Amino acid sequence: MSNCYIPLDRLPIGSMGRVKRLMAKDHSRRRMLDLGLISDTVVEALRQSPSGDPVAYQIRGAVIALRSEEAANILVELV
Amino acid sequence: MGLTHQSTGSADLVIALAGNPNTGKSTVFNQLTGLRQHTGNWPGKTVTNARGSFAYQGKRYILVDLPGTYSLLANSVEEEVARNFICFGQPAVTVVVVDATCLERNLNLALQILEITQNVVICVNLMDEAGRKKIKVDLQKLADLLGVPVVGTNARDGEGLAKLKEAIRQAVLRGGPCQQGKRASQMCSQVSRLIRYDEQIEKSIEKLEPLVRAHIDSRFNSRWVSLRLLEGHDDLLQTLSEQSELCEPSKSSKPSESSKLSKSSKLGMFPQDNFRRGDSELLNSLVKVKTVLEEKGIGVNELKDRIVSAIIKKAELIGQQTLIFARNDYQQFDRQVDNIVTSKRWGIPLMLLLLGGIFWLTIQGANYPSQLLAAGFFWLEGQVSALFLAGGAPEWLHGMVVLGMYRTLAWVVSVMLPPMAIFFPLFTLLEDLGYLPRVAFNLDNFFKRACAHGKQALTMCMGFGCNAAGVIACRIIDSPRERLIATITNNFVPCNGRFPTLIALTTIFLVAGQGPLQAVWAALSILAVIVLGVVLTLGVSRFLSKTILQGLPSTFTLELPPYRKPQVGRIIIRSIFDRTLFVLGRAVLIAAPAGALIWLFANTTVGGVSVLNQCAVFLDPLGRLLGMDGFILMAFLLGIPANEIVIPILIMSYSGAGSILELNSLAALRDLFVQNGWTWVTAVCTMLFMLNHFPCGTTLLTIRQETQSMKWPLVAFLVPTVCGILLCFLVAQVARLLG
Repeated sequence: MSNCYIPLDRLPIGSMGRVKRLMAKDHSRRRMLDLGLISDTVVEALRQSPSGDPVAYQIRGAVIALRSEEAANILVELV
Repeated sequence: MGLTHQSTGSADLVIALAGNPNTGKSTVFNQLTGLRQHTGNWPGKTVTNARGSFAYQGKRYILVDLPGTYSLLANSVEEEVARNFICFGQPAVTVVVVDATCLERNLNLALQILEITQNVVICVNLMDEAGRKKIKVDLQKLADLLGVPVVGTNARDGEGLAKLKEAIRQAVLRGGPCQQGKRASQMCSQVSRLIRYDEQIEKSIEKLEPLVRAHIDSRFNSRWVSLRLLEGHDDLLQTLSEQSELCEPSKSSKPSESSKLSKSSKLGMFPQDNFRRGDSELLNSLVKVKTVLEEKGIGVNELKDRIVSAIIKKAELIGQQTLIFARNDYQQFDRQVDNIVTSKRWGIPLMLLLLGGIFWLTIQGANYPSQLLAAGFFWLEGQVSALFLAGGAPEWLHGMVVLGMYRTLAWVVSVMLPPMAIFFPLFTLLEDLGYLPRVAFNLDNFFKRACAHGKQALTMCMGFGCNAAGVIACRIIDSPRERLIATITNNFVPCNGRFPTLIALTTIFLVAGQGPLQAVWAALSILAVIVLGVVLTLGVSRFLSKTILQGLPSTFTLELPPYRKPQVGRIIIRSIFDRTLFVLGRAVLIAAPAGALIWLFANTTVGGVSVLNQCAVFLDPLGRLLGMDGFILMAFLLGIPANEIVIPILIMSYSGAGSILELNSLAALRDLFVQNGWTWVTAVCTMLFMLNHFPCGTTLLTIRQETQSMKWPLVAFLVPTVCGILLCFLVAQVARLLG
């Protein structure tokens, strides 16, 4: 089970993932943490923008759009 | 910061207003103070601290609106401003506004503030929105858990604000750390009960805190300072000692030491030089404690992660204990709307329709009131002239004041005011609804390829209304590099002042003949100009981020806030006052002296030729090289107060008149221009230069104020000018080669 983490940008729209690891560094990492993306936070991929990127996620009650390269730094486990 | 007790007088009580972006913080501010601080359904409105005051029960309170931030730890400019004010501004009370519909997320900031000071009132705003979504907030429970007063409000309708004022008064009476220095340290124990970190971290704090307490002024929270020191914020000690010096005359517990410290701190860099001998103990322990932590596998980064995690988990826990969701689908409505407005099929067409509609309404709707205003102003000009003549004023004075200053001013106001008075309220309506972040979401991918931020789409839209307003709108971009890019490139979208000129030139030079096709061609040419502006914006953005703006940090997170019912009445009032009159005010400030200057240029003669003509002759070779002539370049230069007056100045120069004027038909304009050697190449080059030249004085002034530097207005001046010169040169030379 522990090996089936996927980067958040590959989480299919409409499904939920549980945050397992944050690979971002420094400034970007702080920002992710402040959004509440700490371990075991459940995130839902809500929708893609018309061109496919960014993707809007439901994070702790707020809707936040992340670009694919930032989302790729967040490893989640499918719920 | 800049606002301490010294600067406001002892009678006034300073209240800080903190909160996440988009929580209605500014509405609370407006309601309490009556001051018109602009609000919008959009994260990140306040960058500089807006201030206002209110009186309550015989006391005057100064309210300082801090930038909206999600945290105090992530080191953006806004967060630093907010943190420093709460920490060093020593407000009597800090009011934290939180969004009832999104409480858990908002508690992150509230808890961080509670770590700094316990002198807090929590204002749970948007209770009505929460009610609509069937979210129940247990305010009493929240107050019990946080240990501070909690007030529920609906700031938009003014509900709960009386209670808020009373809570603030009570909190002041209980006394803040600023009034009674000794209290801060007592409070720390209370705070520590609120958030407990891992055992290892708590142990480290225990070791460090007594030393920190001995080192810093007692008004500051030693537990919080210890945590920041562990995180590597060594610079904090220096700031603290500087602050001690600032506040010294009033109440420093140990004045002699702190002054010595701050004097030495200015001599050199931390940590080698600026400590008293006794402080080496603190430094040594800090190193020791950090080493112990590292041995346990808690390096600085791990430590930061754990601290944030602890706060967020606490927020989650409090959320669970105080929130009742009666419906699980409370976001259903927002999601359904988003399904349409951000969909692949409808998202972009809908957006084009909405924005296009706004521009069309602005241009069409502004015509008549503009004419009316102009007529009124020129009637008044006649009266004033008569007054001057009757009073026996010398001809030059009448010329400079009435024909120069007044006429330019009248011109600028009558062409700028109506479009802005239409555009800004409409745009603000979309803003208030919460639609604009969706535009940024839809378009971000294009901007990403240009190394820019999706929100730049909005600052550009605003730029169509007015570039100065567009520059101000760049505040919403939270990442510094992208904000500068958006600021510098805003001028590439033609504003209201340039649009009419572009339309006029297209109509008379590029579109021959009459008939239904003419309108289509004219529209297409204008569209081509806009597209060119957008392409240039994206290209230049990419170029800037790869060159002079390389290396500045950048991140992208975009919140899509819940949709809200717009407050139409307030939108109209606010957008008129905050945007329209604000921009107009700045324009007037520049237009009046420029008007006098233009008159002087046209009416001062040297050797029988006016200065204007001499300058034009001098500039003529350059103008020819760029497909224009000396008079056109001169008109652009003198038109710096506002782009609207470029054509009037040109007419003045060509017809040899002494003051700016307009021709009453496009045919007459065409004749005048053709007589002066215009061809379609001249028209194309003038249009290109209209699109790409230095921003107007108002915009430059605004860039200076927004960036607080002279460098960026200069860059913003040069970048489009160089682009314009290159483009015009290219077109002119190619046209010449092709005959």
